[in-house]
Amino acid sequence: MILRRIDKKQPSEFKFSKNNLSWAKKQIAKYPQDRQQSAVIPLLYRAQEQEGWVSKPAIEEIAKMLKMAPIRVYEVASFYFMFHLSPVGDKAHIQVCGTTPCMLRGSEKLVEICKKRISKKQKELSSDGKLSWEEVECIGACSNSPVVQVGSDYYEDLSEDSFVNLLDKLIDGNPEPGSRKKRFSSEPEGFFKSSKFKIEEKTNASVKLFLEMPFSTDRKK
Amino acid sequence: MENNLRKIIIDDQEVGVNPAMTILQACEHINKEIPRFCYHERLSIAGNCRMCLVEVVGGPPKPMASCALQVKDLRPGPNGEPPVIKTNSKMVKKAREGVMEFLLINHPLDCPICDQGGECDLQDQALAFGVDFSRYTEPKRAVLDVDLGPLVETHMTRCISCTRCVRFVTEVAGIPEMGQIGRGENSEITSYLGKTLKSELQGNIIDLCPVGALTSKPYAFTARPWELTKTNCIDIMDALGSNIRIDSKGKKIMRIIPRNHDGINEEWLSDKSRFIWDGLNKQRLDAPYIRNEAGKLKVSSWSEAFDVIVKKINKSSKILALAGDLVSVETLFSTKELIGNLGGRTECRIFNACIPPNDRALYAGTVPITAINDSEIIFIIGSNPRVESPVLNARIRSSWLKGAEVNLIGENSDLTYGYNHLGTNLIELDKIIKNKGKFYKNRKVLIILGQGIFCRTDGYEALEVVKKFKETLSAELISLHVAASRVGAMDLNFVSDRDYKSTVDWSDVIFNIGMDEYEIPDDKFVIYQGSHGDRGANRADVILPGCAFSEESGIFMNTEGRPQLSLKACEKIGNARENWSIIRALSEKLDCTLEYNNLDELRKKLFSEYPIFASLDEVKSNSWVKSTKFAKNCLKVDLKNIWSDHYLTNPIARSSNIMATLSKNNKEIYNEKVKS
Repeated sequence: MILRRIDKKQPSEFKFSKNNLSWAKKQIAKYPQDRQQSAVIPLLYRAQEQEGWVSKPAIEEIAKMLKMAPIRVYEVASFYFMFHLSPVGDKAHIQVCGTTPCMLRGSEKLVEICKKRISKKQKELSSDGKLSWEEVECIGACSNSPVVQVGSDYYEDLSEDSFVNLLDKLIDGNPEPGSRKKRFSSEPEGFFKSSKFKIEEKTNASVKLFLEMPFSTDRKK
Repeated sequence: MENNLRKIIIDDQEVGVNPAMTILQACEHINKEIPRFCYHERLSIAGNCRMCLVEVVGGPPKPMASCALQVKDLRPGPNGEPPVIKTNSKMVKKAREGVMEFLLINHPLDCPICDQGGECDLQDQALAFGVDFSRYTEPKRAVLDVDLGPLVETHMTRCISCTRCVRFVTEVAGIPEMGQIGRGENSEITSYLGKTLKSELQGNIIDLCPVGALTSKPYAFTARPWELTKTNCIDIMDALGSNIRIDSKGKKIMRIIPRNHDGINEEWLSDKSRFIWDGLNKQRLDAPYIRNEAGKLKVSSWSEAFDVIVKKINKSSKILALAGDLVSVETLFSTKELIGNLGGRTECRIFNACIPPNDRALYAGTVPITAINDSEIIFIIGSNPRVESPVLNARIRSSWLKGAEVNLIGENSDLTYGYNHLGTNLIELDKIIKNKGKFYKNRKVLIILGQGIFCRTDGYEALEVVKKFKETLSAELISLHVAASRVGAMDLNFVSDRDYKSTVDWSDVIFNIGMDEYEIPDDKFVIYQGSHGDRGANRADVILPGCAFSEESGIFMNTEGRPQLSLKACEKIGNARENWSIIRALSEKLDCTLEYNNLDELRKKLFSEYPIFASLDEVKSNSWVKSTKFAKNCLKVDLKNIWSDHYLTNPIARSSNIMATLSKNNKEIYNEKVKS
């Protein structure tokens, strides 16, 4: 664990986009009167999705929206590792799973690639500012290890080559998530070819969700 | 009531306690000591230090935090036997040792250079409940210090994360500026992004901190607690009369800390009262002075100074004694007797303060300030209690937290709690009087009357409005004074029959006892008696150096009319004398010798003439004087708060470096606010 402090360079202001603001208002309305502060985590996360990270103006804006003291919001933001307190890659922030199953299947090599391709240290921007990376604890896709998470998408069954390829694609656009070995989900490789079980869908549900959800400027990767 | 008590057995002792109590409170109730760090009687329960673990027999097979477990949540035994708690079993001993070991893992071994050493909860409890060795050989955690401003020094590596300071500034001071960021081993107590604290009560987190993480910056590295002489005194920086303990080393005052008094300051103290002490060692008048022909003040002897006064005063001279803000009752009493013998006048209502002399229920209030705790509606009229009496403001805030509604009439200001602003003048009060207070029927209403009402030219008229208002709502009333001597002086009838200006105009000799706040016209002969070389001394023709409040014993009547005795904490400076004895000596020179030779005799006479001062620490109820008609003109006048810079309101504060720094910072904060 390393101590996380809010970044020294801060933007001058933060505003929720129109869509995100109406979404935030709906979140706030979920909670009973005088309990609106409960919406702090959803709001912080949406602010992070919009900007890539949680900045000081974002903390203060959310504090204002929820009638909380800024320090109370900062306490929450600094408690959860999922909130980034410093800027992340413009295109993508790559979270490499480093827990045992992924490590056994080669996540250390992915980390090496990150160090070479992106930055020597975690949570630092690449020289062009497009990418950043960090090693995270188990993200719960062990049977498809090694896995990296970018935003809410999982890229699974990675090899060194497919990971380098993925990094290139992330800079250019929005590559499709899911298994890099063409697995449907976590079944044994080639299972559906040899088995009598057949499956109609082309992709699993989370990849389907990715394909169906229109790309939105309100939410970054 | 007896039936509501729940029986529990603590260490073989059966005891009936209120089921809402926590186990820790129940143990304290029968004098069982439970060690604790995070638990504090006046703050919310956090339950994060785990030092107060006890064993609940038949409960879960692990020790329980007694500060967060209520008696009503204990289960009785299988046959309905009372639940059993053990506070000194093997399990408890082991648990405490374990907790202590964990707390000490990251705590530096710097007791020899730590200001908390000698009065440190961690030190004491490590001795009593810890083990005598350490098994930890790994690197220790280090934490960056936080800049909390000029008062509180931080050594955050020593912090054990009890969060008392966080809870205090959030709950009591009402300024949520501190918090705990990060998690686990890396969590830190800090202010929001390195901001300094803006509370008038921040000094209290020094007392609250159970370790040496938060210490006093001005007191840093100057003394050890066991070297200090501790004297019980009364604070005179505001009129609340907070109970304080002055710690001195030899002649020098090292620090001031609060004493517990549930009726007044609970256990808090405002920053102004706490950090005033460096002002007591500076700018002191240590010898009598006489103004010579060239207009310069020159050092003289006491007899020379008295000679000048005796020459100046004759039967035809019109003497006026003015009482300053910090004068004890004894001094005022002897002055009043002396001036009475000389046929002069006395006045304590400086600068047009309109206080009717015989209406004690108005100037001392109808209830003690504890009435704030259970009032449902509070009207603050013409005051900013946050700066005029920060500790009282904390009490109002706690009442507001419990659901009381606060209404403010006067200047809008940040009071640390929400309030309805009913305008800046009395028109709203008149409206409520007209509709016979229909929204406030059968509610406990309390009026807090500030100096904004008293200190204005049509004050008597305005007071009648307030009185009528009080009668309409059948409310209770508290007068919030800012001068520690004011209520005592009023009780002594230290007033003249005219208003302030015409009394001053009438006089030709002014005997000024520590009154530095307002100018005195040029054509008067001024005798100044006081402790500090301030505005009053500058204007004086003769200066008689008196003791400051810390150097003599004296009675002070606080704003609710509670007489309290302050003791002598340290020796006087230079040639200065105790204030009452100066008056006594002067009376002898003026051939009207006062009949007491020591303070005891003086007090005996005082108590026989004014028995109200004899009942120390009691608040007497006062009979209400009915209101009379008022002229409507006074309704439209805006109320003004009395203090513009509350850190520099008296000679001691103006001599203090710390107060000057605070005042400067305060102005900067204010300017920033105005800009944004």
